[in-house]
This record gives sequence, structure tokens and C-alpha cells, in this order.
Amino acid sequence: MHRFSYAMPKSIDEAISLMEGHGEQARYVAGGTDILVRIKEKKVLPDFLISLRHIPGMAYIDYEEATGILRIGSMTTHRMLEKSPLIRERYPVLSDAADNIGSVQIRNVATLGGNIVNAVPSADGAIPLITLGAQIRMKGPKGEREMELVDFFIGPGQTLLEHGEVVLEFLVPKLRPLTGMAYFKHTRRAAMELPILGVAVLLSLEDDGITCSEARIGLGVLAPTPMRALNAERIMQGKRVNDGLLEKAGKMAAEECKARDSIRGEAWYRRAMVEVLVKRLGRLCRERAKK
Amino acid sequence: MKNRLSFTLNGDRVEVEVEAYWTLLHLLRNHFELTGTKEGCGKGECGACTVIVDGMAINACLYPAMELEGREVLTIEGLTDEEGGLHPLQKAFVEHGAVQCGFCTPGMVMSAKALLDENPKPSEEEIRTAIAGNFCRCTGYIHIIKAIKAASKGR
Repeated sequence: MHRFSYAMPKSIDEAISLMEGHGEQARYVAGGTDILVRIKEKKVLPDFLISLRHIPGMAYIDYEEATGILRIGSMTTHRMLEKSPLIRERYPVLSDAADNIGSVQIRNVATLGGNIVNAVPSADGAIPLITLGAQIRMKGPKGEREMELVDFFIGPGQTLLEHGEVVLEFLVPKLRPLTGMAYFKHTRRAAMELPILGVAVLLSLEDDGITCSEARIGLGVLAPTPMRALNAERIMQGKRVNDGLLEKAGKMAAEECKARDSIRGEAWYRRAMVEVLVKRLGRLCRERAKK
Repeated sequence: MKNRLSFTLNGDRVEVEVEAYWTLLHLLRNHFELTGTKEGCGKGECGACTVIVDGMAINACLYPAMELEGREVLTIEGLTDEEGGLHPLQKAFVEHGAVQCGFCTPGMVMSAKALLDENPKPSEEEIRTAIAGNFCRCTGYIHIIKAIKAASKGR
């Protein structure tokens, strides 16, 4: 095993100053389930790991009734998301995804923040969040900042996170009434699998229960970064949500998705499955929205 | 440079000096000589190294030893009672022929233990989910699931 030192700061500021003091050879570690594998495989060889686990108040799922804003701390584990009744009831798109990440052992330790920051194309934790229109908030040597999560990803393993910055939390804006949402991870087997693609759909209906007031479609794994199918979203707005419309949206999403050939799936197949899954999840969202 | 830690291991308070880069698995097997916890893949995929930390099943191969301060660790060696008698889960595994080569068994039992502690009467689906991260290349899982079901009924 590659040798490194290990620090356990008690505050974010302490973590940031440790990182500044150690430069490029230092890495933050959240759950550690990804970086320890990469260290064992000698893909990264940091001299210094800075654990974020001992900073109080970084793991939480907090819904503010007054504003309707959901805040999820970056150190929240997938298991916490999976087990949260609030998430399962109000944000099932997040539990649909959390349920299927790794194994129980991994979900008990691995964090949402770690999943996002690693920005591995096969990591599907981001897809529900970009579909919810989440913002990411971080803090670094130059202070705090926020941005749309969808803009945070710039390539495989690449994000706009600057050296020394720590992700603090994810903010999910207030949902419209009559909103349904769902995520589907398309895999070859039932568990312990990295997906061929992941599709999330969110659908808000007008009071009539049939007209779409807003649609959002998040796609991932099939492209270098998670993405929204904006054209497909646009054609749904203001229309009656029936199978014909969902079919059109599926075709549109398949057309605009940046599907590529990779070890996990070929582009043509991924596009075909986007078409199918957008339609299928759209129907599920329509049902969930009415409840 | 070694770092001093104290934590609870199978019910006993222990103090130990660890290197910063050690994993919990390394500490258990090489320092404490608790070799019931196995190293399979070393990457968090096979679950042979599963132990329970603060009530949660985790992969010891990816768990930094440095994180153990003040925590409670339970390994397969900690399941037997005072007289060395088998835990009901272990008995059920024996009675149902849920063990073939035995390499995955300690991890499998620890995942099952974490499940039953949290959810004493799990459905078959919940059992399958709980052991999805424990690979068994011999049994085909059927007898393992039967054993866990039997252990849950015996409680």
C-alpha cells in the first residue's frame, strides 16, 4: 500500500488551510470508498489525505417547510438518503438512485458529495440532483460560492471545483405542486453494477392534472458528463401529458443526448434506451404527480 | 510515524498504534491476528472483509484505520458467546448447508447480522439487498438466504 499521512480536521477552515499548506500532493477524503481503490490501483498517489468526516454538521437532510428548500449536506451517505422517509416520500428520484448505488457496505460509508466531486461518468448520483435543479455550494480559500450543479461538470473526472475547495451542500429549490419524479438505472444485473445509462424525469402538472407546467429530464453515464435534455423538456411544457407527447419527448431526448460508445454501452443502444425510458418514466411521473 | 488510537473491538477496549495508511482490514488481520475477516478483492466489491462498525456493515478493506478512534468494531470472532458457542446465525448457516468453501462466510454472516439487528424480520427481498455486496462463488446463495430467514424466525 502506498504510504500517506492522514489528517482529521475538526472544521472546514482547518481542512482548507491544511490543504493549502500541502498543495497538489494532498487530497480530501469523504467516505474514501473511491480514493482508497484508486490509491491501491496506483492511479493517484497522494502524500496526504485530509478526512472530512470529523467536521461536525456536514451530514444532514434538511427540509425547510417555510421555503420548500431541501438541503443535503455533502457528507450525507447514500444510506442516509435511502433510509430517509422524507426523501422517499417527497423526493423519490433521490431514493430511486441511492437504493442502487454499490452495496449496503458501500452505501453506509460513501457520500453524495464524494460521488459528485469524483465526477466519474458512471457515477449516477448526479442525475437526480441535476433533474431537481440543484445548486452546489462550496467553500475554499477565497470564500464561499454557489452554482448550478449541471454546470459543475466539465468532463470525465473534471469539475469546476478549485484546489482547496470543499463541497458544503446541495440545495434543491422548491417543488411545484403536483410534481412527480423518478429515476431509472439501466443495468445488466440487479445489484453491484455500474449502469449503461441513467435517466431521471420530473414532471409538474397544472391543477387540471393533465397539462404539463414543467418537465425536466436528466441523463447520465451515456455521455462524458451528466446532462439535461432541454429540447425534450421544452416541447412538453404547456402540453397535455399523454403517451403521444411522452413518445415525442423520448425521441427528442434520444436525439439531443450526447451518447457515446464506451465500455458500458454503445451509443446507438443508449439512444434507443433513452427513448424508451423517458417515455416509461414520464408515465410513472404522471402517476406520482397525482398522489 | 505511528498514531495512537483507542476503540472497542469485539466488546473489549483496545489501544493500538497504527500507521496512517493502514486499513481496518490490515489492522485486524496483521496486528490483532483476527484472520476471520478475509481479503478478497480489496476494492469493496466482494464483501469478504465485511465487519460491523457502530452497527453498520462496512468493507474493512476500504476503511481507514485512522477513523476508528472511539468507535465500536465487531468482527466474526466477536459473535460467539462466552463459552465459545456459535451465534444463532452461525448455527443456521451450519444447519442449512450455507457454507461451501467458506471464504465468503464471515462477511456474509456479518452482513446478515447487521441486517437482523436493524430489521429483525426481513423479507426475502430485504435479505437479498443486504447481501448483494457479498459474493459467494460456491453456493448459489439459496441456502444462505434460507439460513438467514431461519435465524430471523428463531429470534
